[in-house]
Amino acid sequence: MEAVHGHDHAHDHHHPTGITRWLTTTNHKDIGSMYLWFSFTMFITGGILALGIRAELFQPGLQLWKPEFFNQLTTMHGLMMVFGAIMPAFVGFANWQIPLMIGASDMAFARMNNFSFWLLPPAALLLASSFFVPGGATGAGWTLYAPLSVQQGMGMDLAIFAVHIMGASSIMGSINIIVTILNMRAPGMTLMKMPLFVWTWLITAYLLIAVMPVLAGAVTMLLTDRHFGTNFFNAAGGGDPVLYQHVFWFFGHPEVYIMILPAFGIVSQVIPTFARKPLFGYASMVYATASIAILSFIVWAHHMFVTGMPAAGQLFFMYATMLIAVPTGVKVFNWVATMWKGSMTFETPMLFSVGFLFVFTMGGFTGLVCAVAPIDIQIQDTYYVVAHFHYVLVAGSLFALFSGTYFWLPKWTGHMYDEKLGKLHFWLSMIFFNMTFFVMHFLGLAGMPRRIPDYSQQFADFNMIASIGAFGFGLTQLIFLAVIIKCIKGGPKAPAKPWEGADTLEWTLPSPAPYHTFETPPVVK
Amino acid sequence: MKKLSLIALATAMCLSGGIAAASRYGLQDPQTSIARDIYSLHTLILWICVVIFVAVFGAMFYSIFKHRKSVGHKAAHFHENTTVEVIWTVIPFVILLGMAYPATKTIIEMKDTSNPDLTIKATGYQWKWGYEYIKGEGSLTGVSDGVSFYSNLSTPQEQIHDPKVQKGENYLLEVDNELVVPVGKKVRILTTAADVIHAFWVPAFGVKQDAIPGFIRDTWFKVDQPGVYRGQCAELCGKEHGFMPIVVRAVSEEEFKDWASKQKPAAVAAAPAADATQVAAVAPAADATAAAAGPVDGKKTYEGLCAACHGAGIAGAPKVGDKAAWTARLAQGDATLAKHAIEGIRAMPAKGGNPALSDAEVKAAVEHMVGLSK
Ligand code: HEC
Ligand SMILES: [Cu+2]
Repeated sequence: MEAVHGHDHAHDHHHPTGITRWLTTTNHKDIGSMYLWFSFTMFITGGILALGIRAELFQPGLQLWKPEFFNQLTTMHGLMMVFGAIMPAFVGFANWQIPLMIGASDMAFARMNNFSFWLLPPAALLLASSFFVPGGATGAGWTLYAPLSVQQGMGMDLAIFAVHIMGASSIMGSINIIVTILNMRAPGMTLMKMPLFVWTWLITAYLLIAVMPVLAGAVTMLLTDRHFGTNFFNAAGGGDPVLYQHVFWFFGHPEVYIMILPAFGIVSQVIPTFARKPLFGYASMVYATASIAILSFIVWAHHMFVTGMPAAGQLFFMYATMLIAVPTGVKVFNWVATMWKGSMTFETPMLFSVGFLFVFTMGGFTGLVCAVAPIDIQIQDTYYVVAHFHYVLVAGSLFALFSGTYFWLPKWTGHMYDEKLGKLHFWLSMIFFNMTFFVMHFLGLAGMPRRIPDYSQQFADFNMIASIGAFGFGLTQLIFLAVIIKCIKGGPKAPAKPWEGADTLEWTLPSPAPYHTFETPPVVK
Repeated sequence: MKKLSLIALATAMCLSGGIAAASRYGLQDPQTSIARDIYSLHTLILWICVVIFVAVFGAMFYSIFKHRKSVGHKAAHFHENTTVEVIWTVIPFVILLGMAYPATKTIIEMKDTSNPDLTIKATGYQWKWGYEYIKGEGSLTGVSDGVSFYSNLSTPQEQIHDPKVQKGENYLLEVDNELVVPVGKKVRILTTAADVIHAFWVPAFGVKQDAIPGFIRDTWFKVDQPGVYRGQCAELCGKEHGFMPIVVRAVSEEEFKDWASKQKPAAVAAAPAADATQVAAVAPAADATAAAAGPVDGKKTYEGLCAACHGAGIAGAPKVGDKAAWTARLAQGDATLAKHAIEGIRAMPAKGGNPALSDAEVKAAVEHMVGLSK
């Protein structure tokens, strides 16, 4: 360590090695890597649960699981993917990239950063171990609607605690990100000169701070209803089950944007780089992101069109939701305009970003369909909705995460990844993704409810296609793992700036980025 | 190139979704005015989306093929154009207004549950539906008031669990007692639930309404044509969520009256004076008139509910047929056992978790279980 860091880093004399390095590290790069590995682990775990679901749904009839276990699979798949895989993955990117992109030496609160990460593994263990307690994991769906969640066994309590812990972790992470961005930018980097990834994270972090406590409140009320005789969600005691849904979705809808805004950020870095042309409409991108964030607070009840809202309520939430299509559209147009008349090449990061643009937009369209209340009343809680949110979360968030990983991997590891394997990963993911989820639109329109372990026969063929696609998609992710491991172990040496069109600060550093960077801040012109 | 074939495929699929006379790719054939409105609204929006999709991604793919480095294209340097940006903010907004208008009309129509001809209360239970024809206002008042019954999945368990058994045509979408309604009449459905949230959903009617314990919500439909229409519970409600279908039989007004008059005597006869809601739990399936309220069927209650835990010995429940598990319990005497089953004991929920069961039904179920376990 000494030798590597040289005289500049004398204060690092007692830098621990081995496992204690990781337990005690306050280095944003170490923490970023831990976040990324953690989320990948959860992604695989959640993915295995998904395959359990698809295996049961391969054919009509109950073959593999009891219905109650099936419900546990869908619930835990959702919880793990949302809170364990997607959110921490973006925080991992934030940790690695924000300091590098704004020319800061580390995150503002380095020790808190360590703590926010190390809260996650215990939370994940709580979730995973809930499968083994009496009654098994909670099967109330990732939304944990009362009163069903009040009925569940102790697996539910474990999930509640897990959500509390992960919420605390997210809040700390967000505080850190906000303070870092606002206070530690290199001289000359005004807000409107920040890379878009940083902008999207700044806005996301505010969303997180605003809504994670709301979720914590919702699950705490559940907890007290379950054990301490309160009746928040029990009509017999003066409560209201629908109250839970209002509180949950007040968190839940901004949460959707928490999972997609940083993805927008990544794509906004990648597309200009490979189009060799500056991002079109930088300012309008920033404003669009901010307006999406603000609108996300007034649309929550579009998840609740069938709870029996009055017409005025339905109309308000429908209009507000449709409005979100405007800034989202602006983003898509801006990305296409960035590509327009560029000089494009299609390395893996670009493929994933273009793939994102193409498939995410389909998810945007189905989102618009769902926004129209009368149609939503027909397709709410069907496979159409399942298709919709996998188009935005898998093809949206996940593809952007892949894109970002390939994009920055040379900076993180100092090696170029295997381009052939990367492209293979992209094409297979794209094909299997669509195979799995496109047919779900048909299933939903034709009337197949979600969260059912068995279905009537007219849904058989599309379910079979979806299940085959899902297994293909799952296996394809092993290619991703292989690329990463190969890239960490070796491969062609990466130059400081492997991408011709890249122009943010991290590319001024050598690859791999040294353990300590920007100890003297760079000056941005 | 692959990408190209992919869009071709995707567009082809979208198109087929648009035409979708066959309900396999699109919404089910609409049977009410609301469902028709929803159907055309969906078709409209789908086509708008397809057009925008083709325009945007036409441009993108054109650019992907023409503006690439490998064909020697040099990058331009523009990165802003206020006019263009304003245009593509305003145009979508206008399109949205165009969509919002018909949607608003439909919502207002959907919400208008006034002046029904017939009112039916649908109660969601874990895991079946209970229907009660209640005294409402309109033209059919008095015809079916007081008729009530439960509606259980009627698909045989073997079809679900045994892959070798041929599945029936309406696998999982069939019930013992169908909800019968007259065509051409405005039927108002009140929804509520006994335990957790369920949702009453009949796709062909364009009707989906959560059934919320402790609250009453309503919705309505007016069916065009006689027929049998199938739907399902649409809100996750626990383990048998996938097994509580809704089957509505729409018949002519005469047939409806006829049906209702046959239901009533049975219902009255079966009603244990105190508790009117229990009425049809015991009403035998098909033809209620002949056999005035059959005997309380312990076997049925056992299989429909208790077996969930007692069949396999879940959560510490004594397994039926397992003599060792029962000896000590039997020693308590039948009365105590029945009392425990009715009031609940430790992990055993009161009445097996279904408060709608009568004491007699639970007792019968206990007798049935005990008989198998001695
Ligand atoms: C949710 C699971 C569950 C369901 C459903 C259920 N039971 Fe039980 N039952 C249990 C458990 C657990 C016990 C053991 C309780 C104990 O002794 O700790 C039990 C015990 C019993 C006993 C023995 C009581 C005693 O005094 O030892 C009887 C009798 C019984 N159940 C009857 C029924 C009947 C009748 C039904 C259907 C109406 C039913 N159960 C449904 C879980 C269930
Ligand atoms: Cu239900």
